[in-house]
Amino acid sequence: MEQVYIVLRHREIPDIDQYETYVAHGGYEGLRVALEQAPDEVIELVKQSGLRGRGGAGFPAGVKWGFVPKDVFPKYLVCNFAEGEPGTFKDREIAEYNPHQLIEGIIIAAYAIQANTAYIYHRGEFTFAAQQLRRAIAAARAHGWLGEDIQGTGFTLNIYLHPEAGAYICGEETAQLSSIEGHLGQPRLKPPFPATHGLWQKPTVINNVETLTNLPMILRHGAEWYRQWGTERTPGTRVYCVSGHVVRPGNYELPASVTARELIFEHAGGIWKGHRLKAFIPGGMSAPLLTPEHLDVPLTYDDLAAAGSMGGSGGVIVLDDQTDIAWVIAKQVAFYKHESCGKCSPCREGTYWQKMLADRILSGQASRRDVELLKAVSDQMTNTCFCPLGEASRMVVQGAYKYFADELYQWVEERRRAVEPAAV
Amino acid sequence: MLRENRSTEIEELLGHYPEKRAAMIPLLYMAQEEYGYLTPQAIKEVADILELDPTDVYGVARFYSLFYLEPVGKFVIRFCTDLPCALVGAEELYRYLLETLGLEEGGTTSDGIFTVQEAVCLASCGTAPVMQINFQYFEHLTREKLDEILALVRAQGLPPNGKGLRFAPRPQQQ
Repeated sequence: MEQVYIVLRHREIPDIDQYETYVAHGGYEGLRVALEQAPDEVIELVKQSGLRGRGGAGFPAGVKWGFVPKDVFPKYLVCNFAEGEPGTFKDREIAEYNPHQLIEGIIIAAYAIQANTAYIYHRGEFTFAAQQLRRAIAAARAHGWLGEDIQGTGFTLNIYLHPEAGAYICGEETAQLSSIEGHLGQPRLKPPFPATHGLWQKPTVINNVETLTNLPMILRHGAEWYRQWGTERTPGTRVYCVSGHVVRPGNYELPASVTARELIFEHAGGIWKGHRLKAFIPGGMSAPLLTPEHLDVPLTYDDLAAAGSMGGSGGVIVLDDQTDIAWVIAKQVAFYKHESCGKCSPCREGTYWQKMLADRILSGQASRRDVELLKAVSDQMTNTCFCPLGEASRMVVQGAYKYFADELYQWVEERRRAVEPAAV
Repeated sequence: MLRENRSTEIEELLGHYPEKRAAMIPLLYMAQEEYGYLTPQAIKEVADILELDPTDVYGVARFYSLFYLEPVGKFVIRFCTDLPCALVGAEELYRYLLETLGLEEGGTTSDGIFTVQEAVCLASCGTAPVMQINFQYFEHLTREKLDEILALVRAQGLPPNGKGLRFAPRPQQQ
């Protein structure tokens, strides 16, 4: 498959971050189409396109919008630009190099749900992206696409940037709402869902950067056009972020139905240094790893779920055959322990124990019982954590054990022999 | 001081939200810019603007890793060692950086120029190993490039384009 640029259009049109260039290539035409329709018609079109949320859960965007009550005001739109899932780096590229298309997408989504205020919740680290977005917002405003009475339709929208300040959990949508309101970025109980009780208990939609950036093209070209790529249930393209042990790491926008084999071995150039593939993590670090036997699985949400992993954020992390699984697990659980927000005990205490055990296994001081205990702790965390962060931490360990438990037992036995030769 | 020095900005910012409290994070960033780090005085000024208790503001500031509650150097280096970066040698390179500057994790050089922190994923895994200096990206790092960057930043400060130094991709090994 060839790359298809619906979102990463700057790869073909270098100056597309400039307003004039963007408009010369059909910029703000999608919004014009949207504004000529009733908001419900826009929601219907996006439902027909089958566009699914690119943040991680893959929930259909149009369906999410449909949950927003019509008669409660004000409503809010939040653009989730808290990209922090290890292995994921697409949203930052989009905002930095194709900012107008994101802004246009935000205006379309806000119009569809009739929100008059939108916040772009961006990581504090993304200063260049924020600068690009501020410029794009100013240009859009100067040309009548933002502010009061947009293009004479009576629709009003203001977009504000709101910085995050260094907490992975704030990518989770309810934690994000708490963070915007000025509280600790900790998740809230669902239901009620943000669609009815979001920011300041008002109807709120939270959409990911890539999701929103698809909208202008869908509005311009229609649902059928969008559906020429991907599958029935995961239409369109996805930006797959490839990192780790490949020859050409980077972002690749491909029909969502591309297989891991094609992505890793054709587009990303295969495994580096002539090594072999040991495993790959298909949907950001929180997705359970898969092995070479899964290379022909298409990277759609449903196919990856059927294979025992998840589509997640589209970050594909590639591990070569020189990689020790004990080390990978230790890196993963250290991250979740560091980022656990502390709200619920299964995650707060579970990730603490996971890290302690994983470090002990890695150090060679562990016994077979520690390997069993790490699995047991992870199993005890299952479906008990308040939000997906703790669940991710136990899922990645369970996923690794599914294929590499023998390697872990072998690892501790070899190292114990090395450490305590006399005791054997 | 914050209120006096940034009054227009603060007023505009408060207008973005139906409740003042929501301006918390942006105001904490502003206070950090003014004071270098979040001093008790800075926290108190933010609390006054938001009409909140300073303890409340401190609790929020403490939750987030980009707010500094202790003094930091002129340039804060945040070096990613998460899995995708670590797969291509970031941990070894991070140790080299600490050794080169003679620092422990989180430490600041005696001349007050550099503070080094281990960062979580910076969303730049395709150009790993990667670090930020005062939020500008430095990508495809090697020992040689680290030496070069430290010397350059020490002598001339950060590149003015706000984009950091994005070196050409490393030679591809087949």
